[in-house]
Amino acid sequence: MDLQRLSRLFLPALLAVALFQSGGVTPAQAQNGPLRIEITEGVIEPLPIAVPVFVAETPQSADLARRLSDLVAADLEGTGLFRAIPRDAYISTPASFDAPVSYADWKAINAQALVLGSVRVGSGGRMTVKFRLFDVFSETALGEGLQLGGRESAWRRIGHKLADQVYSRITGEGGYFDSRVVFVSEEGPKNNRRKRLAIMDYDGAGAAYLTDSSALVLAPRFAPDGSRILYTSYETGLPQVYLMDLDTLRRRALSDQPGTMSFAPRFSPDGSKVVYSLTQGGNTDLYSAPVRGGSPTRLTSAPSIETAPSFSPDGSQIVFESDRSGTQQLYVMPANGGEARRISFGQGRYGTPVWSPRGDLVAFTKQNRGRFHIGVMRLDGSEERLLTASFLDEGPSWAPNGRVIMFTRESSGAAGGAALYSVDISGRNLKRVPTPAGASDPAWSPLLK
Amino acid sequence: MLHRKTISKGLKRSVRWMAMILLPLALAACSNPDRFGDGTNSVDLQPAIGAQGDPSDPTSIAYFNASVGDRVFFVVDQSSLTPQAEAVLVSQANWLAANPAYDALIEGHADEQGTREYNLALGARRAAAVQEFLVSQGVSPSRLTTVTYGKERPVEVCSEERCYERNRRAVTVLRAAAGLGS
Repeated sequence: MDLQRLSRLFLPALLAVALFQSGGVTPAQAQNGPLRIEITEGVIEPLPIAVPVFVAETPQSADLARRLSDLVAADLEGTGLFRAIPRDAYISTPASFDAPVSYADWKAINAQALVLGSVRVGSGGRMTVKFRLFDVFSETALGEGLQLGGRESAWRRIGHKLADQVYSRITGEGGYFDSRVVFVSEEGPKNNRRKRLAIMDYDGAGAAYLTDSSALVLAPRFAPDGSRILYTSYETGLPQVYLMDLDTLRRRALSDQPGTMSFAPRFSPDGSKVVYSLTQGGNTDLYSAPVRGGSPTRLTSAPSIETAPSFSPDGSQIVFESDRSGTQQLYVMPANGGEARRISFGQGRYGTPVWSPRGDLVAFTKQNRGRFHIGVMRLDGSEERLLTASFLDEGPSWAPNGRVIMFTRESSGAAGGAALYSVDISGRNLKRVPTPAGASDPAWSPLLK
Repeated sequence: MLHRKTISKGLKRSVRWMAMILLPLALAACSNPDRFGDGTNSVDLQPAIGAQGDPSDPTSIAYFNASVGDRVFFVVDQSSLTPQAEAVLVSQANWLAANPAYDALIEGHADEQGTREYNLALGARRAAAVQEFLVSQGVSPSRLTTVTYGKERPVEVCSEERCYERNRRAVTVLRAAAGLGS
């Protein structure tokens, strides 16, 4: 376990963010129409964008300048919405960060947007990164210049923050690159799988383990502030919900009800409550408990299976799965319990519902005719769209901006294994997320501060 | 609903018959028992010889696993007991009645065709169905505890029904009875 690396990752106040307004730069204006990608319309043709190597303002920052600009380009290209123009096609490269932009040179290679940056590494490994974004064809800056400071070791976070700026200024949506994923790392054969909790950047970089594999662990979930996780562990022999602080890696059982099994936990949006499944006498129902401790409230009382609860972003409702109709289906009920209404009515079985952070959609796992799908639907069950299909896809988790979903894909057969994949909500840009070993049960963090 | 049957002579014969066909299965399973409480997340590949006693000693765990049958199997997405399962459980209940030195942990399992949380709940139902049946056969509830592993602990690894049907199971794992030492 790489604890040292982990503690560095979690040091607070990593970044000092300052806005600066430089001479002659004005906010984007709608001259030729604003540069804008409408994500909802589904992008077929990625937007060509130029990300020249950032200007190194000190000799020792040259390598960092290249890594940072490459990371920004990789983040943007990874969305499927942008295409970074190869640098050998550039007609000119910026001589300095403050030099006037040679728009004609960028128009000539059809760059729609231009990302400029500079890097200075000062004493003690502190770096200062400046950033600007330009709409090439309207010859204007897109938003204000930005200056970010931090220790050189935090360069990835700074790169992700810059890419988030580009993404949100052009799409009008929140970004998601400066985020992390907790997941279950899996090793060993199918009948002897060893599982432990791990955390990494959203793009698979910097993976570190949070537990060893001495006890089976399942399905971690982030607190709304990203500082803690809930997960299920068999460390007592029975599955039980645990709370772990990511700074200290200290953990405690959420509740201590002897002889019961609990799993499928999720935080309320304000972080004060946990909703989860508790099994007694073979029957599984939903409960809610204060995170600080205290007696749980029973939310459902039915002989059927009630599990996989997820709060609405305003905390007023819970979407969950139940087989009360005879097969697994999705239901919505008030957060304090009460009458539930069924929202899934299509062919097959529906499970693992997760409310989108934007509140507009629920993502789910669907089983139909021997295949598994990740899909989304509106909260009234309308506009169901299946985004994936495979032998076994399950467990969607939303990106902080509600535009991308990460999930588990398990391959079939004796040599089958689990891996993480992501897909956008239009069903495009399906890709594998790199992990050190097999991986399952991803949970996407909120955007980091 | 649990489907219960009274024991008939015919069923007793079928119990013996089941024991005969279960024997090779149970022996095969011995090389790969889904053991609980071994302190690791991994399956105990080769338990020390003799740790479960002499399989010819009818009071040994080895005998229970091999000759009585330590597991029952379920239909897809069901937790009701099949007649074959009930026959095995009748034998388990009889054995437990004759061997008070043991308690049992009942593990419920599911095959891989299902979502993780649902399969945990399904495994819990299966373990509870076995527990209820054993209690109905006179086993004291205080000797029985249950755990679900959902789809986390398959014994067979192929992605075909011949493997799935072996993974949809409840396994009765014997332990020294509380208070009797180990």
